[in-house]
Amino acid sequence: MNINRESKLRKNFHQAKWDEEIIFQLHSKGQRGVIPPQTEKEIENKVGDGVSSLPKSMRRENTPGLPEVGQMRVLKHFLRLSQENLGADLNIDIGQGTCTIKYNPKINEVITRSEKASDLHPFQDESTVQGALKIYHEMDKYFREISGMDRFSLQPSSGSHAILTMASIVQKYHEVRGESDQRDEVITTIFSHPSDAAAVAVKGYKIITIYPDENGFPDIEALKSAVSERTAALFITNPEDIGIFNPRIDEFTKIVHDAGGLCAYDQANANGILGITRAKDAGFDMCFFNLHKTFAAPHGCGGPASGALGVIRELEQFLPVPVVDFDGEKYKFNFDLKNSVGKTRSFWGVFPVILKSYAWIRSLGAEGLKEAARIAVLNNNYLLKHITEIDGADSPFKGGKRRIEQVRYTWEKLYNETGVGTFDVTCRMCDFGFHLWSSHHPFIVPEPFTVEPTESYSKHELDEYLEGLRYIAEEARTNPDVVKSAPHRSVVHKIDESWFDDPEKWAITWRLYLKKHVENKK
Amino acid sequence: MSEKQKPAHPYIPNSAPNLKKAIMDDLGINDIEQLYEDIPEKLRFRGELKIPEPILSELELKKHVLNILSENVSCEDNLSFLGGGCAQHYVPAIVDEVVNRSEFLTAYAGEPYEDHGRFQALFEYQSLMAELLDMDVVNVPTYDWGQAASTSVRMAERITGRGEVLISEYISDDRFRVIKNYCEPVMKVSRFKHDLLTGQININDLSSKIDKNTACVYFENPSFFGIIEEQGDQISEIIHKNGSLMIVGTDPISLGVLKPPSHYGADIVCGDIQTLGNHMYFGGSLAGFIATRDDKKFVAEYPSRLFGIAHTSVEGEWGFGDVLYDRTSFGEREKGKEFVGTAAALYGIAAAVYLSLMGPEGMKELGQTIIQRALYAKKHISEIPGVKIKFNSANFKEFVVDFSDTGNDVEYINQKLRELGIFGGHSLEPNFPDLKNCALYCVTEIHSKNDIDRLVNEIRNIV
Repeated sequence: MNINRESKLRKNFHQAKWDEEIIFQLHSKGQRGVIPPQTEKEIENKVGDGVSSLPKSMRRENTPGLPEVGQMRVLKHFLRLSQENLGADLNIDIGQGTCTIKYNPKINEVITRSEKASDLHPFQDESTVQGALKIYHEMDKYFREISGMDRFSLQPSSGSHAILTMASIVQKYHEVRGESDQRDEVITTIFSHPSDAAAVAVKGYKIITIYPDENGFPDIEALKSAVSERTAALFITNPEDIGIFNPRIDEFTKIVHDAGGLCAYDQANANGILGITRAKDAGFDMCFFNLHKTFAAPHGCGGPASGALGVIRELEQFLPVPVVDFDGEKYKFNFDLKNSVGKTRSFWGVFPVILKSYAWIRSLGAEGLKEAARIAVLNNNYLLKHITEIDGADSPFKGGKRRIEQVRYTWEKLYNETGVGTFDVTCRMCDFGFHLWSSHHPFIVPEPFTVEPTESYSKHELDEYLEGLRYIAEEARTNPDVVKSAPHRSVVHKIDESWFDDPEKWAITWRLYLKKHVENKK
Repeated sequence: MSEKQKPAHPYIPNSAPNLKKAIMDDLGINDIEQLYEDIPEKLRFRGELKIPEPILSELELKKHVLNILSENVSCEDNLSFLGGGCAQHYVPAIVDEVVNRSEFLTAYAGEPYEDHGRFQALFEYQSLMAELLDMDVVNVPTYDWGQAASTSVRMAERITGRGEVLISEYISDDRFRVIKNYCEPVMKVSRFKHDLLTGQININDLSSKIDKNTACVYFENPSFFGIIEEQGDQISEIIHKNGSLMIVGTDPISLGVLKPPSHYGADIVCGDIQTLGNHMYFGGSLAGFIATRDDKKFVAEYPSRLFGIAHTSVEGEWGFGDVLYDRTSFGEREKGKEFVGTAAALYGIAAAVYLSLMGPEGMKELGQTIIQRALYAKKHISEIPGVKIKFNSANFKEFVVDFSDTGNDVEYINQKLRELGIFGGHSLEPNFPDLKNCALYCVTEIHSKNDIDRLVNEIRNIV
């Protein structure tokens, strides 16, 4: 084996492959991982074994079938699993488009692990959590600046959860005006996140979906014919998930307002427009930011997350309670919002995520936020130029001269010419230590992939990723089998997908695996 | 510093002038502004964001934020007896070691190939919880118990085709409001009562309210007040005779000693895994679980990710993937089941490590320790003149203390305790007007005999 330092590609990459057992296979009776504190003799003498105090009908009779594993082996097991996972700290994680995978500063983790954050109970008296409440208040103020909105709630647990909360506000708003029965439709676009349709439908709304015109802009004529006295609201992203900024967004909000609806802005794609353009100026009544995306809190394998939800003055009374007020001396919870939707999460939101984002904003300041946006857009347009130079790749929709922070591309040409499509390229990318996301259902764009470079990656890293796409597109022509049978140097090989949709076969837990595939086979 | 001397921000490598210029040259632009030409001037923000100056030095940033946090008094500084949906339990060192690993902390939605570890860890989480709950299917965690209960109710609505839910009056007010907001206006939400003396479910009230429109009944065991519900089988019979589903919320840390709800007829079980290896974080580390039997009718109604194990093209190799992906909103948008997105996966990995370490014996011993210490606290508090224990039932971890006869209200007592470095129990009166001058006390394995004695002595002195 030789290592070619001329090539940007890591051709000898191989991800850690431990073939690690399932934790239950490490079981051996009598091993212990950790010993909980035992009750003091004096207590036992006074109250007995404790378990006898339970009503007979509620004592557990069987022993839970948890594995018994020694401490070091448990540690080793999960460390091996972590090595069999390619987090953003190791990956050039720009193939996870729409998700704004950026650097999550380690100092923010150090800060957040402080006992002054981790060991706070939500029911502590306000006087003992002034530091935490100050963070909430400051974040409210910063997000007001960034969006132009008048008040923020940090209660929602994620972007989708903020969408649900916005839908709850829409419902309450029309209810207060006596129009909730009449206004039963919400309009969204196909290139807004699926939750802009799905989480809204939870509140009982009928969803009308607008498709793009030939340039990739949401069709304004379709919007005009969709609005009516039944319109409750518009839920929309801008730029949409294809990366095109809709320059007529203020006309969209006006059309909906004229019909009596509210306008809710999903700002999941805000990373390219911080300090550049604001929700309020486009006529929105509310918006939210994903702190785990745009504001640099880590994604944690899929959460915890946080959605900061802002509204105009008129809608403040509908926010979930409490919000945090500052009277010049003390920070306090305010539960007194006249038409509050109530609660969408217990307690006060996802504090550790909010704290990490606070530290990130303070590190960047106003200027840094804008610079992050500008570099994210610069990086994106650099990739756009070079990805579309790859034979087989293209970016559909010609609307707009530029793209903002991401682009939805297509391998349609590559697929038609070689039979190698998105899924194959995705699997092959693993062989070089990259990730490319196989998502974006339904496939409005054929063989889609979305790349979002953010501001976090250097030119050199962008070039390395580009080299990976280029190399595989070429392989598709010279040696398609190696692509189609990938991955070869990842953790595992092609997974048998037939296990996932067949009730006879699927095994969502180890006990189901044993039942369906071991015991039944005996 | 003048503009020219400003360093590139450490988080933004291409803001270094030479790299920025190289990319701009490549694109044939001389100003990044040109890349924003599609945004009309009327939509441009030309002002200055009123956000404080950057703190570029990492050391100064650390000092700045820690300085703010120093204004907090934590449950390490003080002795805390607060519970009510978030509780202080011991977090083993290995749990922190694992969840702070870069590979888990910074991963998101990688494929089951290069993100095999995440899939396996969460599959193991589902599997370990399934053993504790004695049920077959568990989801990848959702936001919190309130969301898990809300989704359980909506699943029941779809499974039964009925539009009403009956909810116990003895659940947390927060949780009730979360469920109410999530279910209305699609469903009708009503409550049923508990016995005022025992805290047990009032069977007559439940029976009189359940009818053919009832999709499901939701109650918790232990209840919000730590009361162990004894009538599981009887309640199950009433609910199932009516063709409704029984949903039970539970604190999983109780299940080493308490009977899991599946043993007395629960169709759907939900709750929070904060107690299983997650620090409290001001209530920010909640994560909800939902569990059911392996019945297609139920599995098809989950909105959450469900990771399944599978074979691969290599003999003996395990792979993982999404079971019934097409039910989710990722693919089906509003036609999918509710919605799915980023939720609380890392807290699930913490719980997986926690349960792997604890094992069956650890969970049993821990449950026993908690019961014994809570019993001890309950007994000694009740011996203080004028202080009574509300509800004549067995408890797990939490119990209600009634200060009415002391002539002091909870606020006064808690203020006095705070001055002595103790966080007293959570005041219940604001959300439960029947429970005048009552507080919810929470005792876990972290409370030693000395801690409890200290609390009892101080209360005695105050009242």
